[in-house]
Amino acid sequence: MAATAETREQVDEATGDYKYGFVTEIESDFAPKGLNEDIVRFISEKKGEPQWMLDWRLKAYRAWLKMTEPQWAMLDIPPIDYQDAYYYAAPKQQGDGPKSLDEVDPELLRTYEKLGIPLEEQKVLAGVEGAPKVAVDAVFDSVSVATTFRAELEKAGVIFMSISEAIREYPDLVRKYLGSVVPIRDNFFACLNSAVFSDGTFVYIPEGVRCPMELSTYFRINAENTGQFERTLIVADAGSYVSYLEGCTAPQRDENQLHAAVVELVALDDAEIKYSTVQNWYPGDKDGKGGIYNFVTKRGLCKGKRSKISWTQVETGSAITWKYPSCVLQGDESVGEFYSVAVTNNRQQADTGTKMIHQGRNTRSRIISKGISAGRSNNTYRGLVRVQAGASGVRNFTQCDSLLMGDQCGAHTVPYIESRNPGAQIEHEATTSKISEDQMFYCLQRGLDEEAAVEMVVNGFAKEVMQQLPMEFAVEAQKLLGISLEGSVG
Amino acid sequence: MLKIDDLHVSVDGTEIIKGLSLEVKPGEVHAIMGPNGAGKSTLASTLAGRDAYEVTAGSVHYAGKDLLALAPHERAGEGIFLGFQYPVEIPGVSNLNFLRTALNAQRRYRGEPELNGADFMKLAKDKAKDLEMSLDMLKRFVNVGFSGGEKKRNEMVQMAVLDPKLAILDETDSGLDIDALKTVSQGINALRGSDRAILLITHYQRLLDYVVPDHVHVLADGRIVRSGGKDLAHELEAQGYAAAVA
Repeated sequence: MAATAETREQVDEATGDYKYGFVTEIESDFAPKGLNEDIVRFISEKKGEPQWMLDWRLKAYRAWLKMTEPQWAMLDIPPIDYQDAYYYAAPKQQGDGPKSLDEVDPELLRTYEKLGIPLEEQKVLAGVEGAPKVAVDAVFDSVSVATTFRAELEKAGVIFMSISEAIREYPDLVRKYLGSVVPIRDNFFACLNSAVFSDGTFVYIPEGVRCPMELSTYFRINAENTGQFERTLIVADAGSYVSYLEGCTAPQRDENQLHAAVVELVALDDAEIKYSTVQNWYPGDKDGKGGIYNFVTKRGLCKGKRSKISWTQVETGSAITWKYPSCVLQGDESVGEFYSVAVTNNRQQADTGTKMIHQGRNTRSRIISKGISAGRSNNTYRGLVRVQAGASGVRNFTQCDSLLMGDQCGAHTVPYIESRNPGAQIEHEATTSKISEDQMFYCLQRGLDEEAAVEMVVNGFAKEVMQQLPMEFAVEAQKLLGISLEGSVG
Repeated sequence: MLKIDDLHVSVDGTEIIKGLSLEVKPGEVHAIMGPNGAGKSTLASTLAGRDAYEVTAGSVHYAGKDLLALAPHERAGEGIFLGFQYPVEIPGVSNLNFLRTALNAQRRYRGEPELNGADFMKLAKDKAKDLEMSLDMLKRFVNVGFSGGEKKRNEMVQMAVLDPKLAILDETDSGLDIDALKTVSQGINALRGSDRAILLITHYQRLLDYVVPDHVHVLADGRIVRSGGKDLAHELEAQGYAAAVA
């Protein structure tokens, strides 16, 4: 395979730089470095929060001080100095935030352009007439700076706004559900987020409403050394439906960036939430230098009967990924789904999977996980299927497939099954394969170059998951798989 | 069109092709026959540029270019098609998607405009129909769950759509029943033309009843030991390789 190694070098040379690695120059309104009660108060005050919110944050901060980082994941995490980071940075603005896109710093808009956000979505972001209806709540360095289509959503009764605004405008709704799925003390990173979350998104779909458009948020990390602590809360009231898209890329950095987001979903009777993520944060260079540390807590509560929550994720970025989008199936006959493609290359490490907690009767879950490892990376699927004693008629199906590229990477599958109900039907299938030289040569002989061939074979491998993505994301995500694995054939 | 001069090829340090020379002109069909292990498939793989087939001496020129200097996908773009003895399965990728991506990659290589979805569908459907392949088959994943005969027919559909200048068909007739053999032969004959050439690699003479070659070569132990017209194939069939190359 000497020729392949040579090709890899050439490709690395040509494409070694992270495509989306650039820094936008916007002055940040920093809080001082480090973390203490004063910083928590500073954040809360900056956002003009009510007392109950500050109390909630302080409670979280005090709890966090007594907690330790989880050690059970198959990850080699360098020590993180939590005092050596900024916990608040916002693009500088006059007054209390822009009222329309015209007031948005043009530098921000140029950033989205450079990111290659599809033209239709740029148009949406720019509010061009006749653009497809994908509303984008752009989160730029912790503060939402642009919200589009709010009027049309309002007509449907849908609330889609930054969580800071929601805390001020809909305090009762936020207070009722915030922390109801991921409690303050859930885990070290969720607890930290609860204390210092800077912004995020709030969505509420009223009873019986089918959200008229896909809701989409682009997350960006932009200020140096700024931890990103997003908080997302989506509540789907009885009989409603919403599809939410989250996508991210980040500028190149030398220093590691900590990210600890929390996403909470609540689905009431007969409601359905579809949450799709394409994650492409800076993964670090070939030797693993730089790159985002991504410690995310995502959990959905199927609170109502016949409710459904579906997670779809395409994870290609970050130096370290620690992420388990989960479903608590509380309502009878509720359904949880998890579709995942996780790609690791070079020195990336991912420990990701899901938890399906079956509490209600006749609840069902489906887990499809596709791990792709290349370079010297490590990719672990970690999943829990738990059936509680009273949950009769439970069914689960799990499929974990791993694809290896090269012989220096690792793929691991760690399924936990805890059933306290003998009637539960739980199926688990797992495969591990290598991308075959035969498949590669077949594609090359038909005229595809090496990268296109990898993209083709890998997208075939991940098809079951990719086809769950909304159209707006599917094409981008397919390209992303190819970009992430460039130069890794061998 | 294709000029092979004193070619030596090794695989894992073992020499398989030991000084092979052959010239193929536009419009010609050459059959390369020979016993198992003679180096027939090695020749096909080498011409297509497969890794691990190391050319230790000799040269190959194709359409005035040094073929050995081109990467496999560039050779495809230059119009070389290899019909695989064992077509490969690609789960999750439909035949249509595979073929359209391949065709447009080749067109880009040649500086031609890409074919849009509608034009491509028309082309693929027409070619599939000629080869008695249904639209359903085209929508299925590449070769996944196909019978041996279906895989070979799929190769012919790909060849018809990609429309190569030089087709190298490696044991395309193996494992086919008589009906499939006729269909596949039709596909090959349809490609014949004054500006194209076909290299048929085969173990048996029976394909040559349907695709009549201009030249027949016998490959044994890495060299061409006899060349002749189409009658040579019949002689081989009657007397066996041992007698023919003695």
